[in-house]
Amino acid sequence: MELVNIFLQSAFIENMALAFFLGMCSFLAVSKKVETAVGLGTAVVFVLGITTPLNNLIYDNLLREGSLSWLLGAEKAATVNLEFLSFIAFIATIAATVQIVEMAIDKFSPALYGALGVFLPLIAVNCAILGGSLFMVQREYDVAESTVFGIGAGFGFMLAIVALAAIREKLKYSNVPAGLRGLGITFITTGLMAMGFIIFGGIQL
Amino acid sequence: MNTENKDVLFGPIHLKNPITLQVLGICSALAVTSKLETALVMSGALTAVLISSNVVISMLRNKIPSSIRVITQLAIIASLVIVADQVMKAYLFDVSKQLTVFVGLIITNCIVMGRAEAFAMANPPGKSALDGLGNSIGYAAILIFVGFFRELLGSGTLMDKQVLGDWYQPNGLMVMSPGAFFLIGLLIWAQRAYSSELNENE
Repeated sequence: MELVNIFLQSAFIENMALAFFLGMCSFLAVSKKVETAVGLGTAVVFVLGITTPLNNLIYDNLLREGSLSWLLGAEKAATVNLEFLSFIAFIATIAATVQIVEMAIDKFSPALYGALGVFLPLIAVNCAILGGSLFMVQREYDVAESTVFGIGAGFGFMLAIVALAAIREKLKYSNVPAGLRGLGITFITTGLMAMGFIIFGGIQL
Repeated sequence: MNTENKDVLFGPIHLKNPITLQVLGICSALAVTSKLETALVMSGALTAVLISSNVVISMLRNKIPSSIRVITQLAIIASLVIVADQVMKAYLFDVSKQLTVFVGLIITNCIVMGRAEAFAMANPPGKSALDGLGNSIGYAAILIFVGFFRELLGSGTLMDKQVLGDWYQPNGLMVMSPGAFFLIGLLIWAQRAYSSELNENE
């Protein structure tokens, strides 16, 4: 039950894109067409679902204060705190995972590579991915929880970007004031979507 | 200062603004601007990281193999952000608590990566520092503008001091996420109404 709550919370109530503004750059840049939005969304779910639990393992077994006890023994390990390295460890894990996933998909599923391929390198520097790992640390999730959190947050991002892409496709046919065309109206639209998502904040889990 | 350097320094403030025109670094521009103080601290942190990352990457530009350049850039930027984060934890603990994960997210702030890739990889260190400074000013200008209005309209305060009297009913929407989107949307509109050559034709 706890896990279901985490999923619902990360996907709807605390939506990565609309409540925390994470992954905004690609959110705005890759939302012109539904098809590409679905591609990017899937890639985000995929990468978040892998990197969040992976970083959780790294954090719990290597970086956290006293976590090196399996290597140094409890007494010595209590004085070692590598937490300040977590940024660089997380980003290295993410960049490496993205590279490996890209090569694996290319080898085993060319069709999927065709759909996701161009988005994967872009994702290494998507703040939603690093944000997922940093929130995981802040909220002290364990491995199972962080897997669910990663997938849920990715799903929420995908939902938001596909919805925005659908709206933007329709917007092409409307008469927007010259200065608002393009980026401006996209911001206003996203603001209205964020207002809609605030409704989920009333749900008690 | 010659015209070229002037363009590098002042271009990003209006005509090539990183947030409203290059669409870089939007996440933090929206997330840390619910109060003016956090917006100011974030601008300072980004300025420090952006200038130093531009200089370091520009000095190493001829030594970085192009096949692994993204991961090299990330390692450099992440190290600089760790330093910034530790400094903030030491001297500005309260604000750094309020900024939560967004200090760490400077690493993936597209401005830093974007300027490294687009400018520092092709230009000497001095010029890259100017580019970093220019883009930081452009970024800070937007952050301060948005932070100012969100705090003023959303809670009637500025830097946590009451400025609007009891007659003012705070507009809670401004401190929540939609307020940030609307403000930047309107800002983009104002900017493009002022310089109509920036309009997009979709």
